[in-house]
Amino acid sequence: MNTRDKGTDLSRRSFIKVSLMASGALMVGIGLGQRAGAGELIDETWVANLYVRIDRDGTVTIVSKNPEAGQGVKTAFPMVVAECLEVDWKDVKVEQAPLDDRYGRQVVGGSRGTPDGWDDLRIAGTGALYLLKEAAASLWGVPAAECSARSGTIMHEASDNTARYAELLDKAATLPVPDVSALKLKSRPEDFSLLGKFVPGVDNNLILTGQPLFGADTRLDGMLYAVYEKCPTFGGKVKTANIDEILKQPGVTHAFVVAGTDELNGLLPGVAIVGETWWEANSARARLQVKWDTGHSDSTGDFDRQAARLASESGETMRHDGDVDEALGTAEKVIEASYYYPFVSHANLEPQNCTAFYHESGKMEIWSPSQNPKSGRGLVSRVLGIPEDRIHVNLTRIGGGFGRKLISDSMVEAAWIARQVGRPVQLQWTREDDMRHDFYRPAAWHRFRAGIDGSGRMMAFDHHFITFGRDGKTISGAGLSPKHYPAGLVPNFRLRQSIIEAHVPTGPWRSPGHSAYCFAYQGFFDEVALAAGRDPLEFRLDLLSRSFGEPPLDLKRTGDTLRIAAEKAGWGRNLGPGRGMGMAFHFDHGGFVSHVAEVVADGPKIRVEKVWSGIDVGPVINLSGARNQVEGCVVDALSTAQLEITFAGGAAEQSNFHDYSLLRLDRAPEIECHFIQSDNPPMGLGEPPIAPATPAITNAIFAATGTRIRELPLSRSGISA
Amino acid sequence: MSHVKLKINGQEHSLDIPEDMPLLWALRDKLDLVGSKYGCGIGICGSCTVLVNGQPAQSCRLPAVKMQGKEIVTIEGFAPNGDHPVQRAWNEEDVPQCGYCQGGQVLTAAALLERNPSPSDQDIDEAMAGVICRCGTYFRIRKAIKRAALEIAEGGSA
Repeated sequence: MNTRDKGTDLSRRSFIKVSLMASGALMVGIGLGQRAGAGELIDETWVANLYVRIDRDGTVTIVSKNPEAGQGVKTAFPMVVAECLEVDWKDVKVEQAPLDDRYGRQVVGGSRGTPDGWDDLRIAGTGALYLLKEAAASLWGVPAAECSARSGTIMHEASDNTARYAELLDKAATLPVPDVSALKLKSRPEDFSLLGKFVPGVDNNLILTGQPLFGADTRLDGMLYAVYEKCPTFGGKVKTANIDEILKQPGVTHAFVVAGTDELNGLLPGVAIVGETWWEANSARARLQVKWDTGHSDSTGDFDRQAARLASESGETMRHDGDVDEALGTAEKVIEASYYYPFVSHANLEPQNCTAFYHESGKMEIWSPSQNPKSGRGLVSRVLGIPEDRIHVNLTRIGGGFGRKLISDSMVEAAWIARQVGRPVQLQWTREDDMRHDFYRPAAWHRFRAGIDGSGRMMAFDHHFITFGRDGKTISGAGLSPKHYPAGLVPNFRLRQSIIEAHVPTGPWRSPGHSAYCFAYQGFFDEVALAAGRDPLEFRLDLLSRSFGEPPLDLKRTGDTLRIAAEKAGWGRNLGPGRGMGMAFHFDHGGFVSHVAEVVADGPKIRVEKVWSGIDVGPVINLSGARNQVEGCVVDALSTAQLEITFAGGAAEQSNFHDYSLLRLDRAPEIECHFIQSDNPPMGLGEPPIAPATPAITNAIFAATGTRIRELPLSRSGISA
Repeated sequence: MSHVKLKINGQEHSLDIPEDMPLLWALRDKLDLVGSKYGCGIGICGSCTVLVNGQPAQSCRLPAVKMQGKEIVTIEGFAPNGDHPVQRAWNEEDVPQCGYCQGGQVLTAAALLERNPSPSDQDIDEAMAGVICRCGTYFRIRKAIKRAALEIAEGGSA
């Protein structure tokens, strides 16, 4: 059994740790003076900088600054530091940083962790090593440039001197901070000994033995458990609630109405019930009767009717290259199709939760599985009126993010409830809360017309995008860049946009936008290729061979990923009856990914057997983590292609995994990854593989069954996978 | 309130709990055994899986009062050093992404190998379909089960 931490003591410990680091820290990183080095010896530990500590007993501790949501950053980031510090991975201890502004961006999102952290992490490792070399050189009276390092040891061959890092700490701590320009940073795969290898996650043993890691695993002395009931209609306010009756329920310690704020992204109004155990609090909730002042009544049926009406209107022209109408008028052939995908939920396996303790001193301490703790801290500060420097946020492991935990609703709810209660409180949403109060990936309609010329080339592309917004502007996750391909790849291009007014909450969902509309583009490209009598691979490579104005993506890197996926899949080979292959390319969040999927069909029941992936995100940091993201994205795409959230009377209709049924192991394909280690800075991989996975699969379904998937979920076309 | 005696990970616990409290919440909120996770509360996602007399069961749907006299093993008590062939295979294949479901996956896989030391793909499909992995680590779970099976066959202790 894990012992309960005393909240105050724990926070004091972590504050001390941080402040000691601050006192001795070399300010490493962009915006912090571009310096690295020196640091301070504190007791038995050399605090080289914000990321590196070395103890006299030889222990090397590397701090991971970003939250870990399964994207593998807690392993990958310390690997970069260890690579540059020249220490053996087995000798490294990894520690999770709390939210601390000195680290800069601490966000899981936008696949930005790797590119943003790449310089800081290399500077941290290389800067600490620089000082250790200088320390050894000065002790031995030799030039530092003649010293080398390996496995936690500095060596000087000519004088036959060696020293373990731990022996050099006193000296290193006295040396001046080097300028970043003095550091030679490793950057190419041939320089790496650890990076690019298959390294298992640093928390694996804790995960596999059930140790506390996640938000709701937090246990504090005197902690109570809370549930929070919100209006099923988004943003509805509490008129009355039977609080007195709820307070009489067994185990209930507190129950109260929270007035909340007026914004969907603030503190939604509701009723908090707090109890000795979560089960008792949630059982009392079954007796809760609330009269709501409900707001809007969005429904899927109404959205559909509005979309049908808007489809016949012209919409707002967002971009027009050449003359689309004239080009379509003179085209050899015009191909038309409409694509649709529904709203979907993030469905993190770990429902939203947060633990908070408002100390008597006025300090708010929070334990949160947040993808964006800084934004959460700002929200708590704004809504509760607590200065940000009085709010301390501990980053717990996140049980799946996918964008949902960029939004801090559970954090502000927990903080509000905890302050009112005056004891540590753990707020745990039910699965039903989670699914009914998501910030959904928005649905959209795409009406395409393409013109091909006598040689089968696409020379005109007309696109009417029908999406969601408020006050004439697209809402979160519902926008589409006018620069998106095939803009720039065809001489005549037009994008028109129409907006349906919506009041349901929407938000970033893994590779926002891309993960949805890539399905439409790449499905339609297949239709155009086939109408032109061309092979889908050859058609796409030809499309990527020319640009008109600024190309919308790196044509060579995109083409290379497509070629390697196709080559490894054996594109064009005879598959026999009931089988088919489909492909798609895409570029988003700095990553180039193409997939080829092979599908076998038994009537309308299909199975995705295998997916071959071509990926260029620059040098791979952790081969295991990188493959994991590709594999996860493919499964996520196949799963989500079979799901939808619908609305009636302003509320989501789905509530749990019985009516929002995530893919299970028996339907998961094999995935084979091929990384092109191009000469580019490394980019993140949590998002880029998902967008092209959906159309690779739906195009393969067409090849295997003859059913063109123009709408999701797949069940709309009578297909199940 | 009911008074119950539960045998969990080989240890006897005496608890006063509500009559209808599922085992999951007795574990988490009464005993601070937080390795069993809450995912759906309706017994279909498998994050809360424990072994009851060696069989995988969804602890979010099992009333704790009915668990008296049974041997309950949670992921904390399964192989606390992490050296069971299934845990080792899970680490070597680096199965976990977020890790939230993996306790349930490991216990379910271990129970499968206990009764069927060399499972076919179809056996794996059937045994593992009860545990959702939202991150999509399924391909690695399959590989890890096969790796563990091989190790057990070669004499690694199960």
